[in-house]
Amino acid sequence: MRIIIIGCGKVGLSLAEQLNEEHHDLVIIDSSAESLQEVPENIDAMKIVGNGSSIQTLLEAGVDEADILIAVTESDELNLLCGLIAKKAGNCHTIARVRNPVYSKEIEFIKERLGVSMVINPELTAATEIARLLRFPSAINIDTFAKGRVELLKFKVRPEFGLNDVPVSKLQERFKSNILVAAVERGEEVHIPNGDFILKDEDSISIIASPRNAAEFFRIIGLKTNQIRNCMVIGGGKIAYYLAKQLIDMRIDVKIIEKDKKRCEELSELLPEALIVNGDGTNKKLLLEEGLKNAEGIVTLTNLDEENILLTLFAKDQSKAKLVTKVNKIAFDDIIDRLDIGSVIYPKYLTADYILQYVRAMRNSIGSNVETLYQILDGQAEALEFAIRERSQVTGVPLMDLPTKDNLLLGCIHRKGKIIIPRGHDTIEVGDTVIVVTTQKGLHDIQDILKK
Amino acid sequence: MNYSMIAYITGWVLKVEAAFLILPCIVALIYREEDVRAFLLSILICGGTGLILTRKRPRSTMFNIKEGYVTVALCWIVMSIMGALPFLFSGTITNPVDALFETVSGFTTTGASILTDVEVVSKCVLFWRSFTHWIGGMGVLVFLLTVLPMVGGSHMNLMKAESPGPSVSRLVPKVRSTAKILYEIYIAMTILQVILLLIGRMPLFDALTITFGTAGTGGFAILNDSLASYSTYIQVVVTIFMILFGVNFNVYFLILAKHVIQALKIEELWGYLGVIAAAILIITWDLRGIYDSIPEAMQQAAFQVASIITTTGYASTDFNLWPEVSRTVLVILMFIGACAGSTGGGIKVSRLIILCKTIRREMVQITHPKSVMKIKMDGKTVEDEVIQSTHVFMIAYLIIFTVSVLIVGIDGHDLITNFTAVAATFNNVGPGLELVGPVSNFSLFSDPVTLVLTFDMLAGRLEIFPLLILFMRSTWKKF
Repeated sequence: MRIIIIGCGKVGLSLAEQLNEEHHDLVIIDSSAESLQEVPENIDAMKIVGNGSSIQTLLEAGVDEADILIAVTESDELNLLCGLIAKKAGNCHTIARVRNPVYSKEIEFIKERLGVSMVINPELTAATEIARLLRFPSAINIDTFAKGRVELLKFKVRPEFGLNDVPVSKLQERFKSNILVAAVERGEEVHIPNGDFILKDEDSISIIASPRNAAEFFRIIGLKTNQIRNCMVIGGGKIAYYLAKQLIDMRIDVKIIEKDKKRCEELSELLPEALIVNGDGTNKKLLLEEGLKNAEGIVTLTNLDEENILLTLFAKDQSKAKLVTKVNKIAFDDIIDRLDIGSVIYPKYLTADYILQYVRAMRNSIGSNVETLYQILDGQAEALEFAIRERSQVTGVPLMDLPTKDNLLLGCIHRKGKIIIPRGHDTIEVGDTVIVVTTQKGLHDIQDILKK
Repeated sequence: MNYSMIAYITGWVLKVEAAFLILPCIVALIYREEDVRAFLLSILICGGTGLILTRKRPRSTMFNIKEGYVTVALCWIVMSIMGALPFLFSGTITNPVDALFETVSGFTTTGASILTDVEVVSKCVLFWRSFTHWIGGMGVLVFLLTVLPMVGGSHMNLMKAESPGPSVSRLVPKVRSTAKILYEIYIAMTILQVILLLIGRMPLFDALTITFGTAGTGGFAILNDSLASYSTYIQVVVTIFMILFGVNFNVYFLILAKHVIQALKIEELWGYLGVIAAAILIITWDLRGIYDSIPEAMQQAAFQVASIITTTGYASTDFNLWPEVSRTVLVILMFIGACAGSTGGGIKVSRLIILCKTIRREMVQITHPKSVMKIKMDGKTVEDEVIQSTHVFMIAYLIIFTVSVLIVGIDGHDLITNFTAVAATFNNVGPGLELVGPVSNFSLFSDPVTLVLTFDMLAGRLEIFPLLILFMRSTWKKF
């Protein structure tokens, strides 16, 4: 595929490096010739000095033949403009990095009206990743797809869960929780269960559920998630805001320590449920006073990598909390990994990984009506995303009346920014995006889900 | 220094060369010539060495610009040595130094020969001699890039080192696809020329060899008087194609991609065509009394001008006998050379344009000391690094040129002979003036001088630095 990357910063470079290894045709645009010279020789890419939102530059980069345009410059507005112009000049998928929280709320509008295929917010992505790390123990595997909107939580059924011999259709009734069993791995085989499927001990089952419902379900069946009950966040930037929001949503107590008084006031307005402490995060006494020793989760999010690492080392010494450290510079990642300080988050990497996932999914879906195709469960099953554009046999019919193929399941319906975990009475409507989970390969159209 | 990677690529180059050596074998079989044995033996040695070198894939694929330069220089040297084997085995040339000179002259598309009589040489050897031009024209490593998927940074670094011109531009995002497109254009134009020559009733063998010489802007002919005895039609076709092969291949790519306006905006193209037109006019005027009619004078002038500026080196007449103004113009053209990104040699028009622009900038800065002025070419800013390397190239060029003329002088020939011999080899032209004129050859020089001229040809083709780097101690040091 021909991919144009606008903005040759850390994210741009990291993307270029990965995409180069996957043998795409790369064009990198940056307004500064010096930044372009930073691109290592081993990246086989065309480099163009210029403004990515100028049609002249984009044409030179071959936007008319491009498949994807990724705008990751410093400025949100420029990124959106690049995406907009590229969409009009060529017919490519566009990915824009937009980090201003004001725009984040308007992502749906941006996507729909401006035609930007994907909007990525690095801070939000990082926060989601941190929340995920804090939420579950390693016994639960998490796979994401549908651009990160849907999570697949995989765990092994133990006798004490009481799931043995329970048909899938009775799960909701018996456990009073809104979850959907998307896949069951039994031995070597992967099954996509219908209502009659009977669960057994030792199965590995994957469920689709909102984070809150998942936690609820795990609690009911008695799977210890070791979910933390409180969390101390040091540093009150954008990631801290997004993270706190998500943690509070999961009923976790959040304490944010932030140096800047003004920012503290802002945060306290935005997050009334959180405790905002105005003080220096590197002040040992303050941390201990605020109960560092008893914290169950500690996340260091200050702007200085060194400070974050030192703080985590200190926290590790003082408490038994789950630790997450944010590191911006990627240069010394191997050394940091060897420090054994728990989980380390590299927002820049995450952004790049996220975009990569999209690019890969897009490549998989070329030549069909599939919007995106994700390999899940180590490639044993596929999650396909279809946009429903017109009325057809599948629309308007309650799902329980749809004669779908075996080993195929409607995983979720995305309707106007809302995720619906579908039940038998739900219907597919025009304008929805539906996710189909299946082990049947080679579906090209939403109609293909029906039995012939 | 990643020696295993260098050896691996060199091995591949030898394998490619062995494959190319099959072609003269076929020619030998068609004409039932004895020399087929010489070629088979060469294939065995060349291909065998290649197989040994590529036996195991290199462990590390680290490949920086340093490795790129060293690989290109070594490949060209090894390739020339292997390419000289058929000349020796067939007994066409007995002196190894001369055989090497002949092969290097072929690969570097110089076209300077030490053979006193080419008409007695067997067809297959002549074919190989001309074919080396075709291989060398676009570059064997560029060819290798199209067939061998390479990892690490090898692509761009090899291309940078082998392609002529102040900076290498990509036509499409991937170096490999760029190399492929270049070769496609190259092959298409070659075929077109062969067809046009065949239409002019030229025998197939002649058409092929002459086309190889034109395409690579080489200059090895298969007759002692070069192209003088062919018809006017053939001479005109060759003139046009020489000029075409001297054009920056980016122009063709842009035209193929339907960006004609962009293609016509390339300054180098106009500089190049302008110089050709001016040179033809001056020489035609200078020759007005010598030829019967102005059109004939003009046709002869055009042929020689095209031949020299593109550094091909064919001759349709003995221009050594022309009046001084014409001879001077031709010598100047030798230095100007063709466009960057073409198959021609010389200093390159684009470098001269950059240099002229820096002169202008210097003058502006003298009158307005505080002025800031960026140099632009084709509407784009030329980076200071490119300007700097252009300057350094010129200095290195002048030093090597001067030293070469000095060394060549030890054979005791006249200054014009020595000067033009170096100019003709260093710029990959071929024939010079006086004793090395178009109807003479380079056999008069002693072995040491021949070696110096061989070095000049390689340095000229690879644009000096890849070859110079081989002689720098720190290139070979680990730290």
